[in-house]
Amino acid sequence: MSLRSPLGRVLGLGSAKDGTGHWWAQRVSSIGLLLLGTWFLLSLLQLESFTYPSVAAFVAEPWNAILMILMVGTIAYHSKLGIQVVIEDYVSGSALKISMLLLSSFAHVLVAFAAAYSILMISLGAGA
Amino acid sequence: MAQFRLPANSRIKKGKHFTAAEGATRPQRFAVYRYDPDSGENPRIDTYDIDMDSCGPMVLDVLIKIKNEIDPTLTFRRSCREGICGSCAMNIDGGNTLACTKSVESVSGDVKIYPLPHMSVVKDLVPDLTKFYAQYASIKPWLQTRTPAPPDSERLQSKAEQELINEPAACILCACCSTSCPSYWWNSDRYLGPAALLASYRWLVDSRDEATGERLDELEDPFRLYRCHTIMNCTNTCPKGLNPAKAIAETKKMLADRQH
Repeated sequence: MSLRSPLGRVLGLGSAKDGTGHWWAQRVSSIGLLLLGTWFLLSLLQLESFTYPSVAAFVAEPWNAILMILMVGTIAYHSKLGIQVVIEDYVSGSALKISMLLLSSFAHVLVAFAAAYSILMISLGAGA
Repeated sequence: MAQFRLPANSRIKKGKHFTAAEGATRPQRFAVYRYDPDSGENPRIDTYDIDMDSCGPMVLDVLIKIKNEIDPTLTFRRSCREGICGSCAMNIDGGNTLACTKSVESVSGDVKIYPLPHMSVVKDLVPDLTKFYAQYASIKPWLQTRTPAPPDSERLQSKAEQELINEPAACILCACCSTSCPSYWWNSDRYLGPAALLASYRWLVDSRDEATGERLDELEDPFRLYRCHTIMNCTNTCPKGLNPAKAIAETKKMLADRQH
């Protein structure tokens, strides 16, 4: 039991003077995903078939590969921001929270780089 | 982790039943949350059958009738009985509202009456609002200026400027909104909640206030402000028809504005 005043408890460690950047980045990345997602869906619909050679030929086009890498990067970034909020919402123990935030960050960067690498490999013909 | 189940000593048991008086012409059943910390017993739900032909139309009328005529130990807050003091905020028929302005007729079936959700209960329908009031105090709910007041008049506002604070200033601090907010349930130790943020907005848009920047500095925090995820329960439940969710969105826009 703490004898600290209720106001003292509410004021806590003070304002972090932070959060607007995160809020803004969530919105900017979602606009990016709208644009890139629309482009990606329309491109898929225009594919002749979903066989490996047909898709590989699509990915071999430089701009297609560039936009796809941009898209997986944006997805990973947007997801990292969102998962961070979920963890902060529901995990209250400090050590557990920090560990989960770190794990989530690392996992998102790993997935983003693995996806970019795969796209590059296919685009440059190394995966054929 | 967030706790989703009540602790064993908070789980609700079945309570007593009070039948309506002989010759009741329009009986209505009320299920009321009862908790007495001194008894050491778990909370329970007592049911009362009330003849609505011998009772006023509002839920508060019923609670007062129960206290006066059936069970004087029933404990609840009330004062103005006309929706301006905010004392009788409670959870009725699954929604937070004021017992004095909620009519019994607007509920179909049994009327379930609980204290405001996710707060420590002092007794029966009385929640502990200490932290809620401290959160209100923390946003400095008073005019802050550097310009001295004119010696011979009030600080003036245009009509348009006054209209900006009209709605947010109508908040009666009943706590219906904050206690309806899941983000407030999980993180009220750091998230200020819709009521305090609406109150803060009332000063942010006050043309006479000169501490807008400092106020925004204090709010700009991943928890204090940004735990709001625009769930909108606050606006949905406000018994005064105010819009805390919009005030919070406008506050976020002000913070974005000063960065770009």
